[in-house]
Amino acid sequence: MRTRGDLATGYLFVLPVVVSLAVFLIGPIIYALYISFHHFSFLAPDQATWAGLSNYTKLFHDPRFIRALGNTSLYSLGVVPIQIAIALMLALIVDSKIKGKTLFRVVYFLPTVTSTVAVSVMFMYLFKNDGLVNLFLSKAGIPTFDWFNSLTFALPAVMGMAIWTTVGQFMVIYLAGLQDIPQELYEAAEVDGATPWQRLRFITWPMLKPTTFFILIMSIIGTFQVFDQMYVISKGEGGPQDRTLTVVFYLYRSAFKDFDMGYASAMAFVLFLIILLLTVIQRKFFKEETN
Amino acid sequence: MKKILRILFYCVVIGYAVLTLIPFLWSVLTSLKSTPDMDKFWVPVSSLTFENYSYIITKFPFFRWLINSAIVAGAVTVGNLLFNTLAGYALARIKFPGRGLIFYIVLAVMMVPGQVVMIPVYIMLANWGWINTYQGFIIPFLTSSFGIFMMRQFFLALPVDLEEAALIDGLSRWGIFFKIALPLAKPALAAQTIFMFLGNWNSFMWPSLLASSDDMYTLPVGLNSFHWQYVAYWNQDLAGTMFMTVPMLIVFLLFQKWFIKGIATSGLK
Repeated sequence: MRTRGDLATGYLFVLPVVVSLAVFLIGPIIYALYISFHHFSFLAPDQATWAGLSNYTKLFHDPRFIRALGNTSLYSLGVVPIQIAIALMLALIVDSKIKGKTLFRVVYFLPTVTSTVAVSVMFMYLFKNDGLVNLFLSKAGIPTFDWFNSLTFALPAVMGMAIWTTVGQFMVIYLAGLQDIPQELYEAAEVDGATPWQRLRFITWPMLKPTTFFILIMSIIGTFQVFDQMYVISKGEGGPQDRTLTVVFYLYRSAFKDFDMGYASAMAFVLFLIILLLTVIQRKFFKEETN
Repeated sequence: MKKILRILFYCVVIGYAVLTLIPFLWSVLTSLKSTPDMDKFWVPVSSLTFENYSYIITKFPFFRWLINSAIVAGAVTVGNLLFNTLAGYALARIKFPGRGLIFYIVLAVMMVPGQVVMIPVYIMLANWGWINTYQGFIIPFLTSSFGIFMMRQFFLALPVDLEEAALIDGLSRWGIFFKIALPLAKPALAAQTIFMFLGNWNSFMWPSLLASSDDMYTLPVGLNSFHWQYVAYWNQDLAGTMFMTVPMLIVFLLFQKWFIKGIATSGLK
């Protein structure tokens, strides 16, 4: 369909977006690439000197970066599968014929609307030495910990918090996916005498594949960019012996505390490549699975 | 057997609900306890008090932070609604040279994590003198590639018949957009409003970079600095978190249907 003046209207409609993308995204991406190949300090941008690949090679000899990358991977590896499993389980529950399912949907979704900063403060209070969590543990005869100051438990405690906060969002996306599955499939399966487990295994799960793919990507991208919680909980320090230092956290610190912006930009591009690579791998994997 | 399964099922349902609610309830309760009572598990209702709230309101600019958050999140949301919708519509419906290229660029930059541009944009805003100003908080964030993509997908899925009928009736492209397409796009607009407002209300990293004096803090930045530097007791700290949490909870409870639908429609198929 065409109307008179479409050409001008079309350009006018996209103009603000094109200007904004050019100024605040595409230009900066190119500039960031330039910075990443230079020794570049914010305090003296005129004195940037060519660094070649040295910012990039330095990354792999920097024990703090390795630690940050390890923490981030561990965090992602722990959070993503548990998050998806709980989200799917909750979606199946609130999609079934239970009483008060609207209420449960609202309750399960509640943490999603709260800010990571507020949630972090709440969880610090819950997980402190004489906090509610330890109170219950000690009543149950289980040893207690100073969670966020513990070498072993600081990261898992933040992981638990992240799962608690975001599960509701993915539950809702699963719920939308569930409602798109044709009911006839279930009716046919019932006629054939399929057990509930078989229906879940052979109808629900395969039909939810695109949803799962979407959630998987969102979840991985989100976990690889984690920053707020770690920053708030460790008061900008990265936890005991850098145990909650993540890639973005280290990037932020290198750029705005050490003012080593070339190094921080190199880190940003490595993060981008990791996210890109993981997304491509998943896309391949999921395509093969569905064929 | 079936009965046991059923009981087990309800245990999970209610158990997870309790797990979700406890952090909120316990924080609210603690924020209402006086300092001597703070570490007591049970406190009679009569000794609950609002003194933590009145203390932090008089000592710290929580209302100012609340207003800053509302201004920034509000302005960014309005801008995104307008610009992303215009662009999404044009990319879906209007044929003009270069539209394919623009769409591919939008798709490509969606993949780039925000941290890549954080440093250059910060330098740029510093050069313009936009650090610690409202325009610095708002203007760089007025469009979003995800929002553009979402609106384009929505308009693509909308049947063209109505628009064609309107065209025959003599409506211009602007008329078609404002009188036909926009009213039909209400669900997508609602989803975008929720996303943008929630995301910006809760956003922490950018505002903490851009705000350098405490009268320009947004709530998350203010709360974080409050929590790090000034707080004497947990009950006051938790009263502070309520400034962040309660407005969003009220909005959520009022519009929960839209919220849940909004998140669901963004999981685009």
